[in-house]
Amino acid sequence: MLGFHVVKRSKDAMPWWNAWLIRLGSILIGALVCALVTVLLTGKDPVNVFTTMVDGAFGSERRIWALLQGIAMLLCVSIAVTPAFKMRFWNIGAEGQALMGGLASAACMMFIGDRLPNWLMLIVMAVTSMLAGAIWGVIPALFKARWNTNETLFTLMMNYIAIQIVSYFICIYATGGSGKIDVLNATTHTGWMPSIGGKAYLLNVIVVLILTVIMYVYLKYSKQGYEIAVVGESENTAKYIGIDVRKVIIRTMIISGLLCGLAGFLLVSGADHTISRDTIAGRGFTAIMVSWLAKFNPLVMILTSFLLVFFEKGSSQVSQLCGLNASFSDIITGIIIFFIIGSEFFINFKIMKNEKEVKKS
Amino acid sequence: MTMLVQFIQRAVMQGVPLLFGSTGEILTEKSGHLNLGIPGIMYVGAISGVIGSFFYEDKVGAANINPFLAVLIPILTSILGSLVMGLIYCFLTVTLRANQNVTGLALTTFGVGFGNFFGGSLIKISGSDMPAITLSATSKCFKTTLPFANSLGVVGKLLFSYSFLAYVAIIIAIIASYVLNHTRTGLHLRAVGENPATADAAGINVNRYKYVTTIIGSIIAGLGGLYYVMDYASGIWSNGGFGDRGWLAVAIVIFAIWRPNMAIPASILFGGLFIVYNYVSIPGMGIEAQELFKMLPYIVTLVVLIITSMREKRESQPPQSLGLSYFREER
Repeated sequence: MLGFHVVKRSKDAMPWWNAWLIRLGSILIGALVCALVTVLLTGKDPVNVFTTMVDGAFGSERRIWALLQGIAMLLCVSIAVTPAFKMRFWNIGAEGQALMGGLASAACMMFIGDRLPNWLMLIVMAVTSMLAGAIWGVIPALFKARWNTNETLFTLMMNYIAIQIVSYFICIYATGGSGKIDVLNATTHTGWMPSIGGKAYLLNVIVVLILTVIMYVYLKYSKQGYEIAVVGESENTAKYIGIDVRKVIIRTMIISGLLCGLAGFLLVSGADHTISRDTIAGRGFTAIMVSWLAKFNPLVMILTSFLLVFFEKGSSQVSQLCGLNASFSDIITGIIIFFIIGSEFFINFKIMKNEKEVKKS
Repeated sequence: MTMLVQFIQRAVMQGVPLLFGSTGEILTEKSGHLNLGIPGIMYVGAISGVIGSFFYEDKVGAANINPFLAVLIPILTSILGSLVMGLIYCFLTVTLRANQNVTGLALTTFGVGFGNFFGGSLIKISGSDMPAITLSATSKCFKTTLPFANSLGVVGKLLFSYSFLAYVAIIIAIIASYVLNHTRTGLHLRAVGENPATADAAGINVNRYKYVTTIIGSIIAGLGGLYYVMDYASGIWSNGGFGDRGWLAVAIVIFAIWRPNMAIPASILFGGLFIVYNYVSIPGMGIEAQELFKMLPYIVTLVVLIITSMREKRESQPPQSLGLSYFREER
């Protein structure tokens, strides 16, 4: 019978540019499918859809800043989950960790108020947020390290516990019957990230960029980064060469949680100035895809998070113009990710005809 | 007493979507695939049923629908929707050997978006003059209960007062349990989930088992979404209304230690935990404490998760190759 079979490519068999060509191609095909779906649903012509998307992402200075802020926040959470993922610790609890960080920031803004100068206030907020995130992240790690408790489901449950804790505080501190907490310190701006040159989000973007570079260096050049990679590749190898796997798991999750908490701080202090159940807005989940698509390379994540945020902003502009539901952007994001996920197959494997080539090799 | 009966009834009604979802996920996990796309699949199952019934009601008018078709059409469209979702998941994770967690999360993003998008835009797209998606007529057909339920007193209320999909859920769970533990197919399936290489060597078609079970699992889970919208929500679609029940279904899989028959009481228990905040009243307790009670299902799951991992009993562990792609030529 004539058929095909699949062969695994040896590592580095494919030059890096070829792999990226495949990824680019998959994004293009995915974008084509998205365009088709959009045209079918809206009845607009594809060129129009595309220009609307670009307009939605880059159309005005305000939109460009919203895009940058979106990228920075998604990137921050992605950077935070990366060390854990590189260690094959499936932390899908970034949402909860960041939310706890945000809650800590909001609490500082509420209860410390004007008693501290703003620079000190920001430091206090950042530190408490990072601590809150780290605590939320280290709990599953402790159980994983001690009893090998499944971390995927553990961190998932921690998300909902965090959301309920936030709901609890919202119930207590909501203004009137609105069911949400108003913008905090709206007049004094205590605990608000200062704007640089009139750009409210610039400081956020800078902080995240610095973080990205630090994480790249940490993972690539530090001893701890190397330990993370070894534990991720094979726990047994790690044990054999004398790495304390438990310690690495716990330490890495503390780092991951710290950075998630920082993301929560940036969202509350630098953008929302309040806390709600949706402050993190699903970034904890999207970040996993960003990180994975970038093969856990922080610098590449700038690109992948740009890609996802661009499609999100662009398609929400399309849906807004056509009077359609905003969830349209989730459909588009989903389709694009499916194609990128699928393309990895063609990078890692080779399809061969079943006849001659096999016998030769 | 009436309050207790009412609570149990509500708990069962809350539990049914969870039971569908967890039965589907258990089957999928037994084939070695952790499908984190279940929440999305349940959304798609729900909205596909809504779309089917929406067009049917729109075409013939809500007053003169045929009860049989009104039930059949949403079920078929719902199955179709979840089947496509399962197929996407399978193609990516089985054939293309993609990472299951990432694929599942992408599927959830896509599915929830798909549900909310069509829930919010269906009327505009179809150009219908309905003011909102309220499929009360269809829902009425779905909600038909046994005629003698109310004449049997408490027993009737507790056992017979539910609509047919609730019993379908329980029957599916029992069948799934039987197939898994007492048939050759089930044995093969478990072998695939535990150690696909061994199963392959024994002549079992690993990929076919993975495909078929995952797709059946998706379809079952999707029916949970359909039950929620048609029965629990009385045919009224509200965006995000289904909430996080899909994730709870994934959690119940652990609670039921991968046994569909255990998923029946577990789902009802979780259904109860899900609404218990409505029923507890401690003197001096404010409304905000309700939010803390809503944590209960998640905390209980955590406790079970921790205990099972501490006990290390072989029977209560997840399938051994759960989450790993199988590649025949890799050793």
